[in-house]
Amino acid sequence: MTAALLDLKGLTKAYPGVVANENVSLAIAPGEIHALLGENGAGKSTLVKTIYGLVKPDSGAMTLSGKPYTPAEPRAARAMGVAMVFQHFSLFDALDVAENIALGMENPPPLRDLARRIREVSETYGLPLDPTRIVGDLSAGERQRVEIIRCLLQDPKLLIMDEPTSVLTPQEVAILFETLRKLKAEGTSILYISHKLEEIRTLCDTATILRLGKNVGTCDPRETSAREMAEMMVGGTLHVPEKADAMGGRVRLSLRGLKAPSPRAFGTALKDISLEVKRGEVLGIGGVAGNGQDELLLALSGEMRVGKSMIRLDDEEIGHLGPDGRRARGLLCAPEERMGHAAAPDMSLTENALLSAHARKNLMSRGFLKWGKARAFAEEIISAFDVRTPGPGNAARSLSGGNLQKFVIGREILQDPEVFVVNQPTWGVDASAAAAIRQAILDLATKGAAVIVISQDLDELMEVSDRFAALNEGRLSEPVPAKGLTVDRIGLMLGGAHDMHVAEEVRA
Amino acid sequence: MRFERLEQFLDALMSSSISPTLLIASLMVASTPIMLAAIGELVVERAGVLNLGVEGMMITGAVCGFIVGVTTNSPAIGFLGAAAGGAILSMLFAVLTQLLLSNQVATGLALTLFGLGLSALMGQSWIGIKSPTLQRIDLGPLTDLPFVGRVIFGHDPMVYVALGIVAGVWAFFRFTRAGLIVRAVGENHDAAHALGYNVVLIRFLAIGFGGACAGLGGAYLSLVRVPQWTEGMTAGAGWIALAIVVFASWKPWRLLLGAWLFGGVTVLQLNLQAAGVAIPVEYLSMSPYIATIVVLVIMSAGRAPGSLGRTFHAST
Repeated sequence: MTAALLDLKGLTKAYPGVVANENVSLAIAPGEIHALLGENGAGKSTLVKTIYGLVKPDSGAMTLSGKPYTPAEPRAARAMGVAMVFQHFSLFDALDVAENIALGMENPPPLRDLARRIREVSETYGLPLDPTRIVGDLSAGERQRVEIIRCLLQDPKLLIMDEPTSVLTPQEVAILFETLRKLKAEGTSILYISHKLEEIRTLCDTATILRLGKNVGTCDPRETSAREMAEMMVGGTLHVPEKADAMGGRVRLSLRGLKAPSPRAFGTALKDISLEVKRGEVLGIGGVAGNGQDELLLALSGEMRVGKSMIRLDDEEIGHLGPDGRRARGLLCAPEERMGHAAAPDMSLTENALLSAHARKNLMSRGFLKWGKARAFAEEIISAFDVRTPGPGNAARSLSGGNLQKFVIGREILQDPEVFVVNQPTWGVDASAAAAIRQAILDLATKGAAVIVISQDLDELMEVSDRFAALNEGRLSEPVPAKGLTVDRIGLMLGGAHDMHVAEEVRA
Repeated sequence: MRFERLEQFLDALMSSSISPTLLIASLMVASTPIMLAAIGELVVERAGVLNLGVEGMMITGAVCGFIVGVTTNSPAIGFLGAAAGGAILSMLFAVLTQLLLSNQVATGLALTLFGLGLSALMGQSWIGIKSPTLQRIDLGPLTDLPFVGRVIFGHDPMVYVALGIVAGVWAFFRFTRAGLIVRAVGENHDAAHALGYNVVLIRFLAIGFGGACAGLGGAYLSLVRVPQWTEGMTAGAGWIALAIVVFASWKPWRLLLGAWLFGGVTVLQLNLQAAGVAIPVEYLSMSPYIATIVVLVIMSAGRAPGSLGRTFHAST
């Protein structure tokens, strides 16, 4: 083995109450794509922040190209050839592409030369980008190109990428992987953080797995199965959701020509959406974020009223009803945003349970609250969905993302919905909790509910759905059976890659 | 009845009692204090901080400038003292909001109240004294030009300093890397931090600059416009400066227009009052505020800096 480019030895970093990294060692060879795997809270971000100079380790040593490496701040890290593409928050919406790139460079050339160099690099690596555009107007994939080009302009020796594919369509992922392989061929090392195991298996040379802040193993992802890696991540056997075949039941929920403007600024209007969901069926709705998912959920939950006849539950037209009227009839929804939408952060779990379940679980009588029953219901959710919390009196805010997600999903499922709509059920949830949530959704369908799962995670949709439809700019594609769908086909349904034609021209 | 008033109003406008030359010349002077305060606040807000204490920093600058100016008998040193006074007061705001993470709106309001009280206390024994004042610059033949000479070349130095600061701020944001970094910090402080910029330090500097400019604006009132010390003499100019920043969409050149508009209507209504137009004085007095806000609202199409008013903490 050649000498390592970056060698970490015994890194430890503790925050009050939690050890984020404990004695972590790993080595990255030149020209290697090295995956860093782990659940949420396993210490991946602390580790890369340490490498990028944002966090100072309590103990341990790093060497870069054989020399001691102790970056005091990101500037020092960049100067030594370490660059990082963030998962989010490192772009400035109101500034243009060139200004954004200049901000991430140590000694940026004058803006005119910079624009020329941006064009050069974007052509070399097949990443089309116009330096004069305002970043706020770009798509998620284009924004990521800004970050990547910002890094590439500094000829990094090590490029850190934090969950780069979570916002991309499959075609955009393909473009990205091609760029990364090109970089690898040029001798650049890449530290690739992700929890999408199949991606890591196709792209990476080595994988290091963190669990609870410790390095629990290194493997060759091309020769290790996704399941084995997942089990190393969670430290136990992973329960893969089992799916019963959908029975051809009667239609429970149908949308007919659902049209609605978005209630939010920069939102996406819903355009003529029609669909039917049968008893015992799971309909998966995929799409890149911001294509109308939130609006669709608002229209279904009743937070946004629509035309009376646009939504039918069984034989009743319910488009004009508010959330309580729909809940009473058995249509329950779980929105994407946990804090502030699905749950009131500063209220206790009991109060949160009461807020959505009072009608169906009979937690209120003549305007008075039945605290005892509400607490019992909250406790039922906590035990049935394995929510880790000291008790139902704790504020929703005090729960970790995954635990709160289990709570809000459990709260709706335990109300025995007739029709259940959920947006991003496992967003930011670790693998074992995600498996539990998916299983609960499938069990619900088996019991005879009609379920709509809106998600950006295609693997998840393939796992739970009977039929699949794609949401693109507020329009819903014709649902197709999920069995046997290929990634290419899904990608085309999602609207393909933005600017694909340019990318192909550049490559040609 | 209405028409009579209108006729009277137009008469007064047309008659020789209001000369356009003098009107424009005094507009340049009347707009200077708010221009100074507003350009300082513009920099502060571009850095993502909402400091509602402009009024308090202006009045503190007014009294500091007055005391230093009278004591040293030099208006120039007085202005330096005013800038220092405003900047020191703004550092109080900076420590509270940037280090102790207090709420910016509440702290800014408190700063105004504190500044009003502090200035009244400091100025108690200085009431009724006349301050030394700045001389108009005489550029010889240029100043003797008809109209242009009086309007453009015949003012005191602070008028040009204020215009210079506006132009400087514009160029700073437009052409310099430091300006880009300040904008970046105001736009998205988490991203700026992630790229390794010192958000808190940059905001301290911006807040200090804003305080100094507000102080200069206040001192322009007590050393040039009036030139005396009276309690509460800023009379809401700081609030108008704040409004101008917002309605000018955080752009220096539009801020200049807003300040001139405000100054222009102020001077005009004073002249109309003097000409004895039969419109109640209260309406005339409120007219500059209304006119400025109406015009700027119609023009405004800008977007606030993304992190404006949000508390930054590096740990998150």
